Amino acid sequence: MSAAPTTYRSDLPAGHAGFAGLLRAELTKLRTVRGWVIALALAGLLIVLMAAAATFHQQNYVQASPGSPVVAAHPFVPLGPGGEAVTDSFYFVHQALAGNGSITVRLSSLTGLIAQTYNHGSTSQSARQATRPGLVPWAKAGLIVKEGTGQGSPYAALMVTGAHGVRLQYDYTHDIAGSPGAVSAASPRWLRLSRSGGVFTGYESSDGTHWTKVGSVRLAGLSETVQAGLFVTSPATRQSTQAYSDQSASSARAVFDDVGLQGQWPQGFWSGSAVGAGTVTPTLTPGSYQQSGGVFTVSGSGDIGPAVGVGSTPADSLAGLFVGLIVVIVVGALFMAAEYRRGLIRTTLAASPRRGRVLAAKALVLGSVVFVVGLVATAIAVPVGEHLLRVNGNYLYPVSVFSEVRVLAGTAALLALAAVLALALGTVLRRSAGAVVAVIAAIVLPNVLVITAAVPLAASQWLLRLTPAAGLAIQQTLTAYPQVDYAYSPARGYFPLAPWAGFAVLCAWVALALILALVLLRRRDA
Amino acid sequence: MSDEATIEVRDLRKRFGQTVALDGLSFTVRPGQVTGFVGPNGAGKSTTMRVILGLDAPEGGSALVEGRPYRSLRQPLRHVGALLDASALHPSRSGRNHLLWLAHSQGWSARRVDAVVEQAGLQGIARRKAGGYSLGMRQRLGLAAALLGDPPILLLDEPFNGLDPEGIVWMRGFLRELAAEGRAVFVSSHLMGELEDMADHLVVIGRGRLVADTSVAALLASASRGLVRLRTAEPAQATALLTGDGATVVAAGTDALTVSGLPSERVVELLGENAVPFSEVSLLRATLEEAYMELTREAVEFRAAGAEEASR
Repeated sequence: MSAAPTTYRSDLPAGHAGFAGLLRAELTKLRTVRGWVIALALAGLLIVLMAAAATFHQQNYVQASPGSPVVAAHPFVPLGPGGEAVTDSFYFVHQALAGNGSITVRLSSLTGLIAQTYNHGSTSQSARQATRPGLVPWAKAGLIVKEGTGQGSPYAALMVTGAHGVRLQYDYTHDIAGSPGAVSAASPRWLRLSRSGGVFTGYESSDGTHWTKVGSVRLAGLSETVQAGLFVTSPATRQSTQAYSDQSASSARAVFDDVGLQGQWPQGFWSGSAVGAGTVTPTLTPGSYQQSGGVFTVSGSGDIGPAVGVGSTPADSLAGLFVGLIVVIVVGALFMAAEYRRGLIRTTLAASPRRGRVLAAKALVLGSVVFVVGLVATAIAVPVGEHLLRVNGNYLYPVSVFSEVRVLAGTAALLALAAVLALALGTVLRRSAGAVVAVIAAIVLPNVLVITAAVPLAASQWLLRLTPAAGLAIQQTLTAYPQVDYAYSPARGYFPLAPWAGFAVLCAWVALALILALVLLRRRDA
Repeated sequence: MSDEATIEVRDLRKRFGQTVALDGLSFTVRPGQVTGFVGPNGAGKSTTMRVILGLDAPEGGSALVEGRPYRSLRQPLRHVGALLDASALHPSRSGRNHLLWLAHSQGWSARRVDAVVEQAGLQGIARRKAGGYSLGMRQRLGLAAALLGDPPILLLDEPFNGLDPEGIVWMRGFLRELAAEGRAVFVSSHLMGELEDMADHLVVIGRGRLVADTSVAALLASASRGLVRLRTAEPAQATALLTGDGATVVAAGTDALTVSGLPSERVVELLGENAVPFSEVSLLRATLEEAYMELTREAVEFRAAGAEEASR
């Protein structure tokens, strides 16, 4: 017995239930819970407000001239040919070289002194210090051809080092290894550096007869007439175990003879210049030289290379990232787990039975909203923080527009991915508390351990290679140079992985969590 | 397959751990009537509804709506409107916004939301946070959500829970109207009395098995067994007369008799022909509750709360 035989027909227009509708539905869900909206706004606000923490970075106060007021200003840091911050401080025995030519020299001694006390900070030393004998590994003595005696000008240099053998270095950031071994009177080293147009070639020999090519490099934009000659420099030693950049200045002293010149050397005599004396580089002595017959004894202090440990980066203005991360992680976990808690997930899945699309829509909406909030926050926080750093006398490393955008957008993406990771784990665990704890442990905790140097350097580097915290590398704007001894730690902005590689590690974790969430969401009863 | 507004459940089997929730359950829900889905708590009603909606996967058997598995529907709310748990709401989202995201998920605009808000009588409270709603308001909101797609099939799990007497009357009338429009209305309840005067058909289950699949009229008729109540000033004369025609007559008080074995029309005819006075001849109707109790005497399981209800 059935009542009405005719089935009900709705006259409702069909509409279109596509993926766009699903996105719209999830956006409506996100924006209609006031607590979530407030939390996301708060995350952005905290990131902006905590840019003010940049004020607590080291402050430098200098006098422009004796008697003038003390003002906050950072020390002068020269820029190299590529616009990068460089150290350019050495003793230079030079004369002009016109056009092509070469210089050959024998180096028979390289010794050094190291200050007994640490310089705290990076201001130059004028007072005489107690020293002990010792040659730092990257003490350098050899030949250099340089645009001029001004700091930051292009150069090519062939040298013997304290512990890294013969090197051909040019334009501050480039380093080519020659043969290893130290020099002494018993085992001297001959070096030859020749110019042919824009090409500079370095040769070395242990007997003055048999020569080995170290390398050949091309320098752009060098003048016809350049300064060429002998140089000695010796960088400060860095205590890699120290959390702050304690360093002791050092000096080196080299004995050269058997100087041979080819080409046009119109000046006809040597002059000595202490390049970059009294600048940011810690030095023990401005340097000097003595000439006695054909023997030159040259001493110098400083370094020629990339500037390391002198400035701040855009990431220094993003101290609020961790607080922001925690907030978006909580929202991300709740965005899914709250549906399980209330049983709302059944309404959601009954309305959209294709569960993979529901997860995708949720992740996409949450990720996009957090990204936009994060981008607005970082785009305000970084310029504000950089301004505060500057007025407090901090040096800011030059950063290309691309890198700056990468840090801003990358940090926003980091926040978005952390939220999506929490969403995925919220789906897997169906509980917000567990998901929040897990994601904080995976992203925030490793970073806190690393930044506060609570774990050994080796452990922190592995944490930043393997855990989702590796994504923080996207904030990296500094390059670690093996030819400069420094405690390259994540806490100082040097990450074990390149920016995009670290970011890819985080992406891989998020993808893994989403796949697990998808499999479980499909398989389990709602 | 048919695109008629039906729910076809065939041989559903499902277990939760050791507990057998559904044990070969089959029935069909047809359009144009209210089908009551009755059984004690833990009988498998909610599980069946979740399986129909593609939320739970059965271990065996199938559940089809309009001849298709629910999960294959592209705009499901257009086909089936469901109210599983009226409290499944985010407490800080307003009722209107709850309906709004549901509408968006099907590609509809806020206009549709306003229509169902009015239909369910939620105008006054739709913009308030759902956390502050009484259970009755939540049931109305759940009903509004089920009606969003103006679907030919409605599936409601215990919609009378939390309603005041006035609300129960409103809900009954509302569901009857929806069925009269040609919709299949499938309503579960653990109290048969709630379905009185509303359900046309009953699917009764116990322990995950079908106990009865019957029209309400047939069920009541079988429970009444054709008993006729007769009120007369001359019980002795009436008894003799009716017994003579093959009826069994039992006294039911000083002036009342219960007659079996004769239809009421024949009773009236005999009394009239023989001028026996009477003040009442009526069919002795069993209540739905009584009929149900009789039906489920063996099948009812007296578990305080089954796995099904506990999991909600």
